[in-house]
Amino acid sequence: MQKIYPNAEAALEGLLFDGMTIAAGGFGLCGIPERLIDALVASGVRDLTIASNNAGIDNEGLGKLLRTRQVKKMISSYVGENKEFERQYLAGELEVEFCPQGTLAERMRAGGAGIPGFYTKTGVGTQVAEGKEVKNFDGEDYILERGIRADLSIIKGWKADESGNLVFRKTARNFNQPAATSGKICVAEVEEIVPVGSLEPDCIHLPSIYVKRLISGAPYDKKIEFTTTRERTAA
Amino acid sequence: MAWDRNQMAARAAKELRDGYYVNLGIGIPTLVANNVPEGMTVTLQSENGMLGIGPFPYPDEVDADLINAGKQTISELPQTSYFSSSDSFAMIRGGHIDLAVLGGMEVSQDGDLANWMVPGKMIKGMGGAMDLVAGVKKIIVVMEHVSKNGDPKFIPECTLPLTGKNVVDMIITDLCVFQRPDHDSPFKLIELAPDVTAEEVRSKTTASFVE
Repeated sequence: MQKIYPNAEAALEGLLFDGMTIAAGGFGLCGIPERLIDALVASGVRDLTIASNNAGIDNEGLGKLLRTRQVKKMISSYVGENKEFERQYLAGELEVEFCPQGTLAERMRAGGAGIPGFYTKTGVGTQVAEGKEVKNFDGEDYILERGIRADLSIIKGWKADESGNLVFRKTARNFNQPAATSGKICVAEVEEIVPVGSLEPDCIHLPSIYVKRLISGAPYDKKIEFTTTRERTAA
Repeated sequence: MAWDRNQMAARAAKELRDGYYVNLGIGIPTLVANNVPEGMTVTLQSENGMLGIGPFPYPDEVDADLINAGKQTISELPQTSYFSSSDSFAMIRGGHIDLAVLGGMEVSQDGDLANWMVPGKMIKGMGGAMDLVAGVKKIIVVMEHVSKNGDPKFIPECTLPLTGKNVVDMIITDLCVFQRPDHDSPFKLIELAPDVTAEEVRSKTTASFVE
């Protein structure tokens, strides 16, 4: 079973169709699957529903897919810092389902874990609860949220071995882990593919079973949204 | 004299306790981190998946893979741990975080909070705010007492879409502090900023509260 593909285009071949649902990892521009997003743009696939915490910024990350009008609907918790998104949304060209961040992460995790729905306190008594079943447990109200089972997951890791065992780096793990499990098939891009046996089995963040196709996307030019620093001389 | 932003953050920091795990929102709440009392261990949580937020990095240590929930570059500490966003919100939703300090647009006298959306303006989304107010043990809202137009922000009922219903435990404004012991009790005015009178607070508050 060969999981390693030469590039993102090859790794997505045969998986794409118009109207499909994609779960994407990343938080802001941190840990986003850059190469796979570029390949989605190049593929021309349309009418996508994308579950992702954010929608990129103008011309970066998922912002690229918005610019080419390939996205029909976003399921996200926060979409600031994106002018093209704002324009399409206000013009009614783009559908948005706002989903609380933790609920979105759990919807992906649950979908991937065979749990079609779960009850949560998040959003009770707010717009988020509209149209959703409310159930009382031990005197408190909870709303029913649905798991997300995507057609495809696209994620970015730090290192993977040739079998697909994968590790993330620092806060770039974020939504990549739940997004990876949410899809019927997950394609991962990493900074480095290493031989089997070189990652510590006790320290694998995402076991190989979830990673069906793998590419090395290096070199990465990782973008930062807000660079904040302190002075060397400061206490 | 009313409290400034730093003084409001310092007042919120008085609610910290040794060993607390705390989530701080964007804006004034972030300043609470600069006011942790000496000798007290407080661990800051970041929703994207980190416990133990360090200070902003030195310019040559900036790392694109290391950001806070406001997408700012940060640094790690020796005790830092990383995890997924689903684990992060399991912590939050599961009631494992002791305290969250958040900003607010409106708080109602029943403890409802509105802080994510103004209808008619561009909607950016609620991020993790709804999860935090639903799951964290204690919620402190830090906000100006009145809006830029001079309208009270602690009011009988929120006019903006809610972030959470009956979720706020304490309100710290530039004028005073309101607190309630549980979610069935009314808020009580417990503290005034220097030279601020209860009468001034009453004149700028439409919510009912006890004194």
